[in-house]
Amino acid sequence: MRIATRTAAITVLLLLGGVIIALIQGSIPAFREFGWGFLTAEHWNPATEKFGALAPIYGTLVTSFIAMLIGIPVSLGIAIFITELCPRSLKRPISTAIELLAGIPSIIYGIWGLFVLAPFLQAYVQPFLIALFAPVPVLSSLFSGPPYGIGIFTAGIILSIMVLPYITSVTRDVFETVPPVLKESAYGLGCTTWEVVRKVVLPYTQTGVIGGVMLGLGRALGETMAVTFVIGNAHRISASLLAPGTTISAAIANEFTEADGDLYTSSLIALGLLLFVITFIVLAGARLLLLRLQKRAGT
Amino acid sequence: MNDQPIAGVGFNTVKPRPYLGITTPETSKPPLAERISVSDVNFYYGDYLALKHVTMPIYDKKVTALIGPSGCGKSTLLRIFNRMYDLYPKQRAEGTIKFDGGNVLDPKQDLNLLRARIGMVFQKPTPFPMSIYDNIAFGIRLYERLPKSELDDRVESSLKRAALWDEVKGKLNQSGLGLSGGQQQRLCIARTIAVRPEVILLDEPTSALDPIATAKVEELIYQLKSDYTIVIVTHNMQQAARVADFTAFMYLGELIEFGETAQIFTKPRQSKTEDYITGRFG
Amino acid sequence: MAINAAMYRRRRFGNVVVMASAWAAAASGLIVLAFILATLLYKGFSGLSLAVFTEMTPPPGSAGGLLNAIYGSVMMTLLGTAIGTPIGMLAGTYMAEYGRGSWLASVVRFINDVLLSAPSIVIGLFVYEIMVVHMGHFSAWAGGVALSLLVLPVVVRTTEDMLLLVPNGLREAASALGSPRWLMIVQVAYRAARAGMITGVLLAIARITGETAPLLFTALNNQFMSSNMNAPMANLPVVIFQFALSPYADWQKLAWTGALIITLAVLALNIGARSLSQSRTND
Repeated sequence: MRIATRTAAITVLLLLGGVIIALIQGSIPAFREFGWGFLTAEHWNPATEKFGALAPIYGTLVTSFIAMLIGIPVSLGIAIFITELCPRSLKRPISTAIELLAGIPSIIYGIWGLFVLAPFLQAYVQPFLIALFAPVPVLSSLFSGPPYGIGIFTAGIILSIMVLPYITSVTRDVFETVPPVLKESAYGLGCTTWEVVRKVVLPYTQTGVIGGVMLGLGRALGETMAVTFVIGNAHRISASLLAPGTTISAAIANEFTEADGDLYTSSLIALGLLLFVITFIVLAGARLLLLRLQKRAGT
Repeated sequence: MNDQPIAGVGFNTVKPRPYLGITTPETSKPPLAERISVSDVNFYYGDYLALKHVTMPIYDKKVTALIGPSGCGKSTLLRIFNRMYDLYPKQRAEGTIKFDGGNVLDPKQDLNLLRARIGMVFQKPTPFPMSIYDNIAFGIRLYERLPKSELDDRVESSLKRAALWDEVKGKLNQSGLGLSGGQQQRLCIARTIAVRPEVILLDEPTSALDPIATAKVEELIYQLKSDYTIVIVTHNMQQAARVADFTAFMYLGELIEFGETAQIFTKPRQSKTEDYITGRFG
Repeated sequence: MAINAAMYRRRRFGNVVVMASAWAAAASGLIVLAFILATLLYKGFSGLSLAVFTEMTPPPGSAGGLLNAIYGSVMMTLLGTAIGTPIGMLAGTYMAEYGRGSWLASVVRFINDVLLSAPSIVIGLFVYEIMVVHMGHFSAWAGGVALSLLVLPVVVRTTEDMLLLVPNGLREAASALGSPRWLMIVQVAYRAARAGMITGVLLAIARITGETAPLLFTALNNQFMSSNMNAPMANLPVVIFQFALSPYADWQKLAWTGALIITLAVLALNIGARSLSQSRTND
């Protein structure tokens, strides 16, 4: 039994090693051909076999950024609503619903994004944004061009909806761990609800909240299907957020089975390696941040 | 003023009756002023009636102790004074609690202001997750905008008033969570008085502390009553006898007897009070 | 007490603004999520018929069902669970029982967390590299293995967590009766942690039921019924992906129906897992 369990534990270890080695091995041809230029080139041309990863990297980071920009405040708002404002009888049903929604497969969000959200954004939201920001210098180029419906912006929105349940359920859980008496003593000084949340609940739960945000960010960075449906799969970096783009995972999902030629396949695998490295850096960074926060709280 | 009735008995009758028992305070004492007047207060947890027709005075700049066995409603009564129960749905109070010409139980009562004027310290120390300095400055910053030097003075004087200054003056920027339990509780008292309330509610403030820390907090309570009106809930009868000027004995949601502490502990009028203080139940 | 009235009004106002935003956030978030479910139910149910469960995926422009895709999804999910669960449970057992606090256990825990958060498409690439490339063709075996790699970290994590919750007194009591360690683990620790461990497995199954990305280039797809595990096999997620992105109305309709079926299955698994873990806390 001891040997069997130990073997299984080592298997887990070897698997990750295997994943990394396989990805590196698969991406060697691409890196050998393009060198560091692979990371900085924007062009992606299967016909001439010239590949650069900048557009998918840009798309991955920007869509995740949009997702976090919308997802974090809304999730915190929902968590505050559930823990502080909502009538007790609604608390459980809403929390349960949020947790169940976290389990819904991403392909559902993708198909909804393609058939419902994208046409809606195209018809109503994007023209409005274009008109709204037209006079503002920087924003006007971010929101310019024809409203395609699909694109970086739409992918960011669908990701923000997807990460909502993750961030909300973690945040709600850690909000509930705040001892009631701690909140009462802040209320006892005459704090408003918002002051109690901002000055007591958030500092008390910051590690948990950051953990929840990182969980959401990890999902957003690696999310494939929801994005693939609505991003438009265009290997270019446009000034406008409304233009089609691509992300690492969407590029792999869209092109991998059709990729002919070793260099094409290898470039896609190299993209996968990059995605793996990016998520790893984000999670390791989060872990370091949490450690530092814990150390500071300990002294 | 001197023959004003100060001891009362709450009866569980359909109509509440005012104070029945009469004691005359010694003539050498200054006249007593009622800071808070509780009259005919009922309290419900959902359908459960937790306080029944409670009527009692809280005298200005005195320490009033609420004693009684667990579940008698003493903490419930304390949490009505600053409407802490409002945080929880299905808890409600009826009756009137007069404070400064207004009724605390008035639905239109501004809770933030009420709680600034009636401070509270809890059973367990509750330092906020921030530095010692910020713990004290927190409440002040809610209500006043002070220049840095003035804020420093207020923090220092509050910590001195709470007899904590000498122990923490070198480490004001460290987390309040690093202090011992007794220090944390005095930090919470300092935090409460920094806001300059008129009344301080203490909910079993020493039940989580060791005897030495308890003695320090009791000493502090004794000193604070020169400036503040204090209401303390305690399950420790000796503590009530040591620190309180007046004592209310509660049982099963009723106020059984209220009077001067010496009288309650030496000549209780009600047999239930006598049973409790002599240790026959509770 | 000196109260700065202007400041006080600003505080009250700030509170009202933030609380109103929290209401709005909750309302909009819940409305959007409800809207997604409503669309899914509406579009999915309209295409639901007996044929969905009895006929193959059709060529464009004709009617058909999802039988081969449902069959393939079930087979590969079973395969993934059958491979991932035992290894995961054993590894979790090692970390919580034999190797508690050891160097190996903490390294495996870290690695497991990395695997848990690794993008599923990366897992698909890995399996493509080690299996599809070497075998020379896509296959249901590869799809099942890819899914098992997603099951594994979930099961490792929950098994370890649940075993760590078992009080040491129980272990000591069993050992004091002279029970050898493996028997103590199997008979006492597993029994005490059973509900939690099953919950973990159910959640892992729920996770892979809707997974699409790792199947795209492992199992691929197959327009026909196939029970040959060594050949490409149809599966619901990939069929949904292809059909939804197609221009044919029939295919899009089937995609919605497939999405509804997957969602219902995932919800059922999640609700089952929740009620299990709830019955545990009620014990």
